[in-house]
Amino acid sequence: MAQPPAFVFNVPETPEDQGQDPSPYDESEVHDSFHQLIQEQSLRAAEEGLELRVLPQREPGPETLGASELLDMSFCFVGSGHQALLGPEGVPDYSTATLRILASMPSRTIGRSRGAILSQYYNRTVRLRRRGSRPPLGGVGRSARPSLRLYDLELDPTAFQEEEKRTLLVKELQGLTVTQRDHMLRGMPLSLAEKRSLREESWTQSGKQRGPQGRRGLLPCCSRLRYACGLALHSLGLALLSALQALTPWRYALKQIGGQFGSSVLSYFLFLKTLLAFNALLLLPLLAFIVGVQAAFPPAPAGSVPTFTGLELLTGGGRFSHSVMYYGYYSNTTLNQLCGPPLDGSQCTPEAGGLPYNMPLAYLFTMGMSFFITCITLVYSMSRSFGESYRVGSTSGVHAITVFCSWDYKVTQKWPSRLQQDNIRTQLKELLAEWQLQQGPRSVWGRLRQVAILGFVWLLCLGTTLGCTLAVYAFSELMIKNPVSAEREWELLALPLVVCLLNLGAPYLYRGLAALERHDSPILEVYVAICRCVTRWGRWAFLGQGLCLPGAPPSASTPLVLCRNLILKMVILGILCYHWLGRRVGALKGQCWENFVGQELYRLMVMDFVFTLLDTLFGELVWRFISEKQRKKRGKPEFDIARNVLELIYGQTLTWLGVLFSPLLPAMQIMKLLVLFYVKKTSLMANCRAPRRPWLASHMSTVFVSLLCFPSFLGAAVFLCYAIWQVRPSSICGPFRTLDTMYEAGKVWVRHLEKAGPRVSWLPWIHRYLVENTFPIYLVSALLLAVIYLNIQVVKGQRKVICLLKEQISNEGEDKIFLINKLHSVYEGKERSRVGRAQEAEVPPTLPADERDAR
Amino acid sequence: MGNKPAVFTHEQLEAYQDCTFFTRKEIMRLFYRYQDLAPQLVPLDYTSSPDVKVPYELISSMPELKDNPFRQRIAQVFSEDGDGHMTLDNFLDMFSVMSEMAPRDLKAYYAFKIYDFNDDDYICAWDLEQTVTKLTRGELSAEEVSLVCEKVLDEADADHDGRLSLDDFQHVILRAPDFLSTFHIRI
Repeated sequence: MAQPPAFVFNVPETPEDQGQDPSPYDESEVHDSFHQLIQEQSLRAAEEGLELRVLPQREPGPETLGASELLDMSFCFVGSGHQALLGPEGVPDYSTATLRILASMPSRTIGRSRGAILSQYYNRTVRLRRRGSRPPLGGVGRSARPSLRLYDLELDPTAFQEEEKRTLLVKELQGLTVTQRDHMLRGMPLSLAEKRSLREESWTQSGKQRGPQGRRGLLPCCSRLRYACGLALHSLGLALLSALQALTPWRYALKQIGGQFGSSVLSYFLFLKTLLAFNALLLLPLLAFIVGVQAAFPPAPAGSVPTFTGLELLTGGGRFSHSVMYYGYYSNTTLNQLCGPPLDGSQCTPEAGGLPYNMPLAYLFTMGMSFFITCITLVYSMSRSFGESYRVGSTSGVHAITVFCSWDYKVTQKWPSRLQQDNIRTQLKELLAEWQLQQGPRSVWGRLRQVAILGFVWLLCLGTTLGCTLAVYAFSELMIKNPVSAEREWELLALPLVVCLLNLGAPYLYRGLAALERHDSPILEVYVAICRCVTRWGRWAFLGQGLCLPGAPPSASTPLVLCRNLILKMVILGILCYHWLGRRVGALKGQCWENFVGQELYRLMVMDFVFTLLDTLFGELVWRFISEKQRKKRGKPEFDIARNVLELIYGQTLTWLGVLFSPLLPAMQIMKLLVLFYVKKTSLMANCRAPRRPWLASHMSTVFVSLLCFPSFLGAAVFLCYAIWQVRPSSICGPFRTLDTMYEAGKVWVRHLEKAGPRVSWLPWIHRYLVENTFPIYLVSALLLAVIYLNIQVVKGQRKVICLLKEQISNEGEDKIFLINKLHSVYEGKERSRVGRAQEAEVPPTLPADERDAR
Repeated sequence: MGNKPAVFTHEQLEAYQDCTFFTRKEIMRLFYRYQDLAPQLVPLDYTSSPDVKVPYELISSMPELKDNPFRQRIAQVFSEDGDGHMTLDNFLDMFSVMSEMAPRDLKAYYAFKIYDFNDDDYICAWDLEQTVTKLTRGELSAEEVSLVCEKVLDEADADHDGRLSLDDFQHVILRAPDFLSTFHIRI
């Protein structure tokens, strides 16, 4: 198409060079690009006064470097400072024969020529097809299989070979199923046009092939049908995929955040999204099997229902207590005219006309199942995230990773991209400084002082945590001693208020303390801190792993604050759990204590939400105004990812703790998260800037999920298990009101089944031998331990193999260089003898040997 | 499709879906982005596969690439002739590789190409210097740059030939968990 001439990109064309100086190994691309490079370089050298370091002994310039192929080959050798291995003269002395051989070495052709890529993928396809236990292609495929080893030294027949490889690849692709073929095609590093033509060929040829085969075969119709089915399934899959993609919310918002603030801040919002998914997963079965069913069969109202006043939205009491919101509303009877859900559908025995729906059982099972599903998903996502971010032997190569993997391609705006460049510069400088520091010895005194400061700060933090805990405990005792009357319901908000205030205030204190302990070497500090962490609380081990990595030095204060905040939050929640199950149950004799606990959690959640909003408003907005007025140069405050994530984890723990007593709490959490997403996004856009220090996004998201799993989910699960197995449910409300423990519901049902007849006798048997007997549990845990042990051993072995392979590779490299040198000397000797003979025979030549050879 | 004239035939769309990591909707979105770059150049009817190239200047003015220090390399690597001018196929190819779904191997291959400034299939010290300079806006001293390059070569060059081959590079990438999330352009 006609392009406006102004747009034409100026490619430095050097036709005369090409004409007079053909490359020895017909690779005009390389040649072109090389000329371009030289021009660029000479331009740059002229403009910026940069010296071309590559060939100090020569004057750089296109005309002197006429033998471009020589330089192309030698460029890297010389530039890298390894020329000592290749002789004092450097490489340009290599004869073209040597270079010709070097150029056609297999390792040089990998990844460059299309032919090599084709054959590489051909081999992969063959492997894939073999695995699919289909019959091999036959003799043709095996004998003519091109391998990189067979790659001919003569590059003239490249075109032919490429064509051949291509047909082979197409043939192999035909042998694959449609999905495998697409997968293969998508992953090939070829241009789209190439892929399309490959696809086209493999489609049409397979169609052609299938035709005659079908005619010959007995069931032509069948194979055609299968083919059509495959096609239909294929389009269906594509359609489903697009439907799924359409469901991904916030595409644009996430892009905006990623573009403006980079991966680190984005990880907070992605975590929020993950939490939303978890809550939806938790809520759906609850809605379907408990809330929905109970709403369809409302129990007879017990006494008068209070009117709605509006305060309920904050306290969660009053009108809400008499709704599906809380445990107390659910009936302990069998709801009729409805068959049970699939969970206990198999036990749907016809009884007295209708199909029974045993509410206590449904409550127990649904809770158990949804928790189990959440647990599985959580563990799966955690293992996947660990697998992605920690690989065997991933502890070396900081500089390389920083250089190659630290640029965030998502960033789309000028300011963040400048910030990123600054970050990378700082990081590289720090790495270099640290490396230089390691060379020199460190003073013992300085180290001692650091440890002393650290110990002091830790003591202070732990003291504060202890104080907060005691305060919460004392306050909760006080609340028990002075029960709140029904008229002054708002007084119930006192405890959540105190808790939230402590939760809000302590992090600021910790941040202040963290500023105290800022030293010259952030890495050491983080190490020491985390090691303390690890030794004191074994379960933080993963945290230490996540933050101790020598990858990039994360912000010094971040992990410490994270750790301390987490300790505080978990200790406070622990105290509250003790308060509810240990003290409240006793204090609320004759009342529905489950409702009370549910309400308390509701209040905590609402208060947490309100405080988060206030904190966002005042903490970020006001801080921005102040800092803009006071110190012009500091500008906007940084977005504190760690604290915000911890708040999310805290909120999620509250949801998990309360879901047994208030099945609609996940719905509340979902609403809260939705609002939070928009509030935080708006506040982020308006008030904040990206964190200045680098931040390992994927490690951090692993740490987030692990924190969500370990203290948070595990704690909630222990709490709920205790409540289900040990605590006596209140006798006036809820589905378990007549039982000793909630777990009894299951036992009662099993006994009921035993009476029902021999048809379902296997269920009581399973219960007796697998659930009540402790032996299977021991067996399973022993098996689990064995599997873990085996895995550890496998990883160890892999590490060892990696070390050996590395050694082997480096040996091979040395061999290669040795062989190249040998080759060079052989050719040189040959050359010399030839020149000598020529000199003897004729007049002495005026041209150097190299140039004559090139002609 | 409705009464609006179709940009692609059904077969074309299916081929694009099979060869890229995009769904139909995303392909259309990308097409309109491409068309927006040069509305007078790119026709709204691709059923006959017209041979249109959008010049590099327009490609690099996209917000996704505008502030990327490697934008020129990206455009060169993905364009057919290495000049940065892009056909629709090149354009789709580029965003397909940069998408979330693309596997690590594919991404690593193209990242290698991007960092291989002189197109000699090896990342040598000079390429590394270019990369570091672009990464830091040229604000490191020459000494620091060469020190960094030396360290990188030291760490990543498994066979000690003084430069990084594709294999060396892939080995580095394999150990970098963040690569998949950072070598990613949201569309």
